[in-house]
Amino acid sequence: MAEPMLTVTDLRLGFAAGRRTLAAVDGISFTIAKGETFALLGESGCGKSVTAQGILRLLPAAGRVLGGSVGLNGAELLALPEAAMREYRGGRMAMIFQEPATSLNPVLTVGRQIGEVLERHRGLSGEPARARMLELLRQVGIADPERRLDEYPFQLSGGMKQRVMIAVALAGEPELLIADEPTTALDVTVQAQILDLLAGLQAERGMGMLLITHDLGVVARMAHRIGVMYAGELVEVASRADFFAVPRGERDALGVRHPYTQALFAALPEVARRGQKLVTIPGQVPSLAAMPGGCRFAERCPQVMAVCREQSPPWREVAAGHAVRCHWQGAAAVDASVRHAVTELDLEPGRAFLEVADLKVHFPIRKGILQRTVGHVRAVDGVSLAIAPGRTLALVGESGCGKTTVGKALLQLIAPSGGSVRLAGNELVGLAGRRLRAARRHMQMVFQDPFASLNPRLRVGEIIAEGMGALGLERERAAQAAAVLALLQQVGLPAEAAERFPHEFSGGQRQRIAIARALAVQPELLICDEPTSALDVSVQAQILNLLKALQAELGVAYLFITHNFAVVEYLAHDVAVMYLGRIVERGRAEEVLRTPRHPYTRALLSAVPVPRLEGGEQRIRLPGETPSPANPPGGCHFHPRCPQATDICRQNYPESTVLSETHSVACHWPG
Amino acid sequence: MSGFQIVVLWSDVLVWLLLAAGIGLAVLIARNPPLLAAWRRVGSNRIGMASATILLAFIAVGLLDSLHYRVALDGKPGEKTQYAIEVLSALDALVGPLRTENEKTYSAPFASQLYAKETFDRPGVGTVREFPRLKYGASHLQDPAALTGDVAVTALRAGGLALFGWLLLASVVALRCGGWRAVWRGDTAFAWNAVLATLALIVLTLVPLFALAGDYHVFGTDKVGQDVLYQILKSVRTALIIGLVTTLVMLPVAVLLGIVAGYFRGWVDDLIQYLYTVLNSIPGVLLIAAAVLMMQVVIDSHPEWFATAAERADLRLLALCFILGITSWTGLCRLLRGETLKLRELEYIQAAQAFGVSSWRIILRHILPNLMHIVIIALVMDFSGLVLAEAVLSYVGIGVDPTMTSFGTMINNARMELGREPVVWWSLTAAFAAMFILVLAANLFADAVRDAFDPRAA
Repeated sequence: MAEPMLTVTDLRLGFAAGRRTLAAVDGISFTIAKGETFALLGESGCGKSVTAQGILRLLPAAGRVLGGSVGLNGAELLALPEAAMREYRGGRMAMIFQEPATSLNPVLTVGRQIGEVLERHRGLSGEPARARMLELLRQVGIADPERRLDEYPFQLSGGMKQRVMIAVALAGEPELLIADEPTTALDVTVQAQILDLLAGLQAERGMGMLLITHDLGVVARMAHRIGVMYAGELVEVASRADFFAVPRGERDALGVRHPYTQALFAALPEVARRGQKLVTIPGQVPSLAAMPGGCRFAERCPQVMAVCREQSPPWREVAAGHAVRCHWQGAAAVDASVRHAVTELDLEPGRAFLEVADLKVHFPIRKGILQRTVGHVRAVDGVSLAIAPGRTLALVGESGCGKTTVGKALLQLIAPSGGSVRLAGNELVGLAGRRLRAARRHMQMVFQDPFASLNPRLRVGEIIAEGMGALGLERERAAQAAAVLALLQQVGLPAEAAERFPHEFSGGQRQRIAIARALAVQPELLICDEPTSALDVSVQAQILNLLKALQAELGVAYLFITHNFAVVEYLAHDVAVMYLGRIVERGRAEEVLRTPRHPYTRALLSAVPVPRLEGGEQRIRLPGETPSPANPPGGCHFHPRCPQATDICRQNYPESTVLSETHSVACHWPG
Repeated sequence: MSGFQIVVLWSDVLVWLLLAAGIGLAVLIARNPPLLAAWRRVGSNRIGMASATILLAFIAVGLLDSLHYRVALDGKPGEKTQYAIEVLSALDALVGPLRTENEKTYSAPFASQLYAKETFDRPGVGTVREFPRLKYGASHLQDPAALTGDVAVTALRAGGLALFGWLLLASVVALRCGGWRAVWRGDTAFAWNAVLATLALIVLTLVPLFALAGDYHVFGTDKVGQDVLYQILKSVRTALIIGLVTTLVMLPVAVLLGIVAGYFRGWVDDLIQYLYTVLNSIPGVLLIAAAVLMMQVVIDSHPEWFATAAERADLRLLALCFILGITSWTGLCRLLRGETLKLRELEYIQAAQAFGVSSWRIILRHILPNLMHIVIIALVMDFSGLVLAEAVLSYVGIGVDPTMTSFGTMINNARMELGREPVVWWSLTAAFAAMFILVLAANLFADAVRDAFDPRAA
């Protein structure tokens, strides 16, 4: 291994809470060499971001450095005075944050924000600074940098903002780049672009990089070495080859990985696990105030032994450069046999009970004193779908393509501007009052953010009973209470949960409550709007298992709105891919995922980072980002980004080509 | 003991209704854990609890002053009982001598003589000009030179008594909360140490003060010889009514219009926004002055409506509250509209809409409870602003009835006194100090409430 550049030794960071200090990071040590990417992997609340903030000494007000040392090329950072530390921040190490929208100052131009770093750390100003800024913007792949330099952040798209943020970070020519979930807020195609960019820049400059992420796919794509964090401790350090060499810990002889790592892998949804229950990690990450004494994973570990609860395990080298902190030395900790098969309701697609034809939702753009309509945002522009009972239709697309609007328009939460939604033959569009209320019984929605979808002032029982009351299903109090208890049991929550308030529950439990609320009116269709995107991998597995079990039990159909292809592969029977308000390809899951015919579908599929060593050889890289639906490109909406576009694509929107009974694609050149 | 007739003024009804509503709200809060937790945070805030203790003392005075009655006049037996024209309150009965022991004119605090010399015809001496002795103040002393000693002895005796009472109370608290050390160090969930310290301050000041008030005019007397301490006590009720009843008038308007505007958007929103923008762009004092003058004309032209002067003054006070309320709802309304705009986009509102829950039910069940923290904060913050506003309006002459005592009328009268030579300073100082303590306590309490209900801190 090369000479280490960053050396973190026994770093301990904590937060002052009242008179106590709670350790959020408890004695972690790692090194990063020049030109190396070290990935910190773990679920939320494990102390990854605090570690990054501690290295930069940018802890929040309550944060405290409790001990240890951080050395950057021999200089001890934790001992430096604050004034000297400013030389390091931005100059010798730089940071990229998760949310590009909030990490740039909205009232300063791009040029001013890059110039600030150049002036402080490079002593450049005036003409040379401007020349350097243009060079930086070109390096991060921004077209027309002369114009962009004088623009404000609101004039840039999300991916562009992240590129500018990277340019700001690079301006000080840092030796170490800290990237805290740099692509989590971005779409897959843009994520692929940013990851490429980071990898390229790093190789070119020989920077060290600390990458913080929860996404195994991003790790497989970017990292040289990986550290797995759990509850403020590092539990495993391995090279990329070692880390991904044993696929999902199923080969018995090679039970060398930490049970937590194995569980993380096993919880991933993917196509090979269709029809099986995903492995979940019971419980949740212990809170800072109640850290167990021995191994911190003991409570959730399938291989827990008596010694685990008493003694924190020491580091154990299982191979060169691969160390694990675990007492267990036996075979694979996560037993494949615990996966019970879920009975797949492999129904032949029967008669569709929900038929959507040419659905349109246009939002007017108003301007001027008289608020005259000057144009429309075509959020949904002619979508046709059909859902059969007991099946799952996945609606896939990047942010801004209108997939959430479709969900809300189906429920008539947003009034459609045109088209028809027929539920068992009855037209819903234009319905009002009592008849609409009656129709609402048949469809319900599960929302994305479990923290915003439950009223914090109501008890869980009241939340679940709300629909029954509003739709007049169970009027009697006793019957309602009994129904609530049955629902809680169905989604795997204890009966006493009904008397408690939402804030007492974790994200996954809250999502269970939201599912119970939707199921309370016994709908035939559940519209799930990214129900797992705000959750950690292990919790996501629990929710996916629950959804699958409920489908098997109740025969409820799902419209699953998501951007996550792994979930689609695992769960969906049918897939529809959306781009700029229209469906570009649809068919059965195996048809669309195995033989994608639309160039956009192919690009989306290849852009998804996979948590494996192999793969990624034939990545299709899409240039640019999704255009605004207020002003879609003429002809085929996809042509400005399409590698195969021809003249006809620029002129006409393609008709839908039927490839098989179920598979159709809207492209002039279906591959 | 002659009989009496209970008089219920309109403002009394409102005061006791407010108290009942407050108790009802407390019961509701006790049943709602998140709200209870927030109020527990208020309870653990030392400054907040100290100011709450002071506020409670003020409220106790105000409540005592809200039980009114008329004394029966001595008449011939067999005749219909006649009642005195004067309406008294429980507070008047408690502090009896303070109300009745009026001097001739100005006297300084703890004085034994009037503040101005008078001419006497003294038999054998002839005409002299000297400071006459007060009728009541220090009248029990033969020699005015003994005054300082008497004051000190009385104050010390009362102070000792107060200290004893306080120690008794404090030991009860200490016994119940796990010992003196725990209370003193602030280890209790409720900030008992702050409450006890404030209580000590209050009793050690007030008990000697009232012990002295029987024999002296501790804050002096005003132009017509009325005791200033008595005026201060009577002003407290006026200030509390202005502060509380006005918020009560304004609150429903602000909450209803704010939520409706934010939730329904469209033309409803436009209309309400237009309304409050117009109201906001008219100078507030002008609007209030116009309304008060109109009301005065109405009241003056219908003397038959009122049996006593107190009833007339009371109605005028309520009308003032009403007018202040009508003109001050815009700020809170705007705040609530903005918050509702944010809330209506949240997913739990959409989930409720997906169930077909009616709009009014969504507003009541989902939006209103999630706005309550703003309402509570605004309520406590507005209180002090309104008490100050009354003072300003009364000073300008468009405030409460001249026969009613309030901090504003006291300050208004003091305007002339400050121009005298030698200057009469005690009226203004006493009114200023009392109002300052009340408003400061209300503001500090508001701060504590805001800290506890701030969702970012929770």
